[in-house]
Amino acid sequence: MSVTVCVPRDSAALSLGADEVATAIALEAAKRGVAIRLVRTSSRGMFWLEPLVEVQSAAGRVGYGPVDASEVPALFAAGFLQGGAHTSALGPVEAIPWLARQERLTFARAGITDPLSIADYEAHGGLRGLKRALSMAPSDVVEEVFASGLRGRGGAAFPTGIKWRTVAAARAPRKYVAVNADEGDSGTYSDRMIMEGDPFVLLEGMAIAGHATGASHGYIYVRSEYPFAVAALNAALAVLREAGWYGPNIQGSGFSFDAEVRVGAGAYICGEETSMLESIEGRRGVIRYKPPLPAIKGLFGMPTVVNNVVSLASVPVILDKGAQAYADFGLGRSRGTLPIQLAGNVRRAGLVEKAFGVTLRELIEDFGGGTRSGRPVRAVPVGGPLGAYFDASLLDLPLDYEALAEHKGMVGHGGIVVFDDTVDMAEQARYAMEFCAIESCGKCTPCRVGSIRGRELIERIVRGENPQANHAQLLKLCDVMENTSLCALGGMAPYPVISALRYFPGDFGLEQSKEPSCVV
Amino acid sequence: MWSELRALREDVDYGTPPRDGEPVTLMVDGEPVTVAAGSSVMFAAAAAGRSVPKLCATDMLEAFGSCRVCLVEIEGRKGFPAACTTPVEAGMAVCTVSPRLSELRAGVMELYLSDFPSEDIAGGWSELHDVIAATGVASSPYGPGENHLADPIDQSNPYFLFDPAKCIVCSRCVRACEEVQGTFALTIAGRGFDSKVVASQGESFLDSECVSCGACVQACPTQSLVEKSLFEGGYRRADSPQA
Repeated sequence: MSVTVCVPRDSAALSLGADEVATAIALEAAKRGVAIRLVRTSSRGMFWLEPLVEVQSAAGRVGYGPVDASEVPALFAAGFLQGGAHTSALGPVEAIPWLARQERLTFARAGITDPLSIADYEAHGGLRGLKRALSMAPSDVVEEVFASGLRGRGGAAFPTGIKWRTVAAARAPRKYVAVNADEGDSGTYSDRMIMEGDPFVLLEGMAIAGHATGASHGYIYVRSEYPFAVAALNAALAVLREAGWYGPNIQGSGFSFDAEVRVGAGAYICGEETSMLESIEGRRGVIRYKPPLPAIKGLFGMPTVVNNVVSLASVPVILDKGAQAYADFGLGRSRGTLPIQLAGNVRRAGLVEKAFGVTLRELIEDFGGGTRSGRPVRAVPVGGPLGAYFDASLLDLPLDYEALAEHKGMVGHGGIVVFDDTVDMAEQARYAMEFCAIESCGKCTPCRVGSIRGRELIERIVRGENPQANHAQLLKLCDVMENTSLCALGGMAPYPVISALRYFPGDFGLEQSKEPSCVV
Repeated sequence: MWSELRALREDVDYGTPPRDGEPVTLMVDGEPVTVAAGSSVMFAAAAAGRSVPKLCATDMLEAFGSCRVCLVEIEGRKGFPAACTTPVEAGMAVCTVSPRLSELRAGVMELYLSDFPSEDIAGGWSELHDVIAATGVASSPYGPGENHLADPIDQSNPYFLFDPAKCIVCSRCVRACEEVQGTFALTIAGRGFDSKVVASQGESFLDSECVSCGACVQACPTQSLVEKSLFEGGYRRADSPQA
């Protein structure tokens, strides 16, 4: 019997040479006349070990990583197909503490399955959620999702069940499911990993959403920077249609649902739900005011479920295992698990799915292994370019929507980027305003003009031009942007700026102060 | 001349178009007012005789919500909703005047003036100048910075000109072209601070699909789009109209 060898096809692994490694393994096996079954899987999310080669052995999957293509002949010589010893040998992959300590619900199949094998998907728990949902009344499915406590994982943390209730209650000739896959926060990649590595789980979640709310068509709005995700989704859609899980009268249930992929054109703002809807409709990606909510009047004027990739990808496991099983994870009003994306100056970057309540310190020190540079952690932006910076004194905060909000921070999409003590926080604050200026849709004035003025004020402060007066004007500007902007881009761009001023005033050449430099 | 023109203006601009829903009664600054369901808070405030500052809103166009000076406070709601895009509800209690609202509106006006010809701030006649007067903002506190003050004037059309230095990108011209005239000759190109009004595919007004109907000129709240006949001897920036 041939040995199964798994090499990831996730784009992070590809960027580290996974294709070259896979090719080298196939060639070397042919050369040696060894029969192997080479499977291109998704990634476990342990990026410091990529390309990670896994061999199916009697003792489960054993890993070798990171593997360079040039090492492949040596791996064969070391008998890696039988789990032989080699400097890159990692032993049973699932026993690696970094992985063993996680609670993988949404990412249960990450790195294990072939992303486009429906047999693999079903063998690892796939489609159970949709089967159960189709056996239930739509309203019961909505209530199951509500009871799970799932909140929007894209960043806004709005209860998914309430959104679904609104769409389900709306009367309209058509309804839609629109998936926000315009993942643009710095240091985030969980949406990409789902779409590339387990596209069926997203599509299954969409079909469940369609059944629950009465929607018959879905759109997946994928950023143009994710070509592998687009290809994987289109291939997965074809597989599901062929197998009768997408299209008319799914599995004879009378429920019909299909979906299509739409590719963005490189605008962060199209990750804001109303801009995304505009863009899907073929217009400029600018913000629509609310109300009306998209749940009542969304895509093409019809009631629309707009959910993030991870939110929808978490729905199948909720339907499969039940709302309570999901809600048993987490704390307070933050239930379930969050796929956290560790990035920046950290030794072991990657995807950590943990129940809410894990602290930043556990994530950065235990999982991340501290900074890659070996220098002390100084600042940690959580939740993307609109999230606050935390200083080292706040690392014991639990990851929890409300706990972070108390410190003017946010969980956001679960991205954590670590900076060591060489970071210039005035430059980071300047960049926060510059980012807003680059990505502003230009519709509302506080964002369109305010972000430019914010950047200019910070540059003046750093140059020492009237620092006190410019600091005061900057705080005033931040107040105006936060309270008058049309959407969260202008409204939250001040958060990283204010937190940088609060915790690191010295970087701006401003006096250190024990008191927060402002309270907004 | 400008003061005579001011006197000729239509009496009340309700900010958003009238609706024909069932009557709804709400409170605006402590006074009850009854308007049709579907009306905006801005419309109700105007009906109650309250003037909420506005730039991107006018009752010949649907609400847009971009200028952010019509913010109000509504009892029981967080933040400062825009009066133009917030629909009325029965029993709603709206406050259109408060120190906090004045502070925020002034903050937004400072941003407008940071990219507006400083010599045209005082004494001009336009809706923008009405809001400048209402918010009491006399100048920009931001100092020199990125701006559109030297962007070229488009004088190609025989009847009106477009001076982008005075444009606040409120899209009233674009929306008037669509909603009033149905010509779709105007759009906004670029994004963020580069957003600008362009005719057709970035052509001159004369070469574009513009039919010279004047709806955009009528809609412009800043005299960025303005009739040439108002300027004897031709338009020059230094000669911008004064009261």
